[in-house]
Amino acid sequence: MSAILFFIAGFGVIAGAVGVVVLRDPFFSVLALVGHLISLAVLFLLLRAEFVAAAQVVVYAGAVMVLYVFVVAYVGGSASGLRGDDLLPGVRLGGANLRLGGAIAGGALLIELLIALLGTGLKAIGGQGAPYAPGPRTFGTPAYIGNLLLTRFLLAFEAASLLLLIAAVGAVVLAGRRGGLEDEEQRKPLAPLDMIRPQGTGTTAEGVGVRQR
Amino acid sequence: MSIAWYLAVSAIVFSLGAVGVITRRNPLVVLLCLELMLNGANLSLVAFSRMWGNGDGQILALIVMTVAACEVCIGLGMIVAIYRRSLPVDVDELRELQG
Repeated sequence: MSAILFFIAGFGVIAGAVGVVVLRDPFFSVLALVGHLISLAVLFLLLRAEFVAAAQVVVYAGAVMVLYVFVVAYVGGSASGLRGDDLLPGVRLGGANLRLGGAIAGGALLIELLIALLGTGLKAIGGQGAPYAPGPRTFGTPAYIGNLLLTRFLLAFEAASLLLLIAAVGAVVLAGRRGGLEDEEQRKPLAPLDMIRPQGTGTTAEGVGVRQR
Repeated sequence: MSIAWYLAVSAIVFSLGAVGVITRRNPLVVLLCLELMLNGANLSLVAFSRMWGNGDGQILALIVMTVAACEVCIGLGMIVAIYRRSLPVDVDELRELQG
């Protein structure tokens, strides 16, 4: 049973990864990545990592992918502004050579990784893993992960939260309204009366920084 | 299934992501391929964690997911900033760095 599930999920993982790399429209790449992530969560479940699988689906396939979809919709598909890989075949230099070189480099990397991973002297690599007994606090459950995170890995936990805070601040700074959108002369100083506006007049277009002329 | 199968899948996913990072020109897709590489690493971490019956690998996988979320946050912010300055959204043409 677990073997069948492994092969189904493994096929989904690899097919999703191929789809991300091969598909031309970035929107379809994002969708392929969602399929990849959900199959990967099934693999995590097979490896008894329940909490990691749940976090994978909720955080990755949920939140992060929604962010991607929004940005793809904002920047536009491959037709407008955001050029796909070879919409003009032959015009851009080195397309086929680049692809061939990339495939060769990737194949070499794959062979090297397989040799490194499967050719190790680790005896346990051919086994099913450590013994496992189901229970409320065993390996991989939220209680187990939470216990580890708040005792042994507290420093890593806090560092990760600080990193998230810095990333949020950085994203606000990057996507903020300033940043060369308009010249210094055109930007008139904000009068105190501009602060007061009737309720409900702030539009979404202003929020994302679309200028009104 | 033995652990070696999971490791093989993780190696395949990692090298597919590397191929994507090398060949694709759209920065959005390059970010997606970086996610693929991180996921390949995550899968091998969880597999090794299962192999030893030790939770450290799973914690590391969670931290990697956090780092990936931060990277997506900053990367997408940069792409939006590039687009709003009406620069080409193409990693081959974005060669100059200017404050």
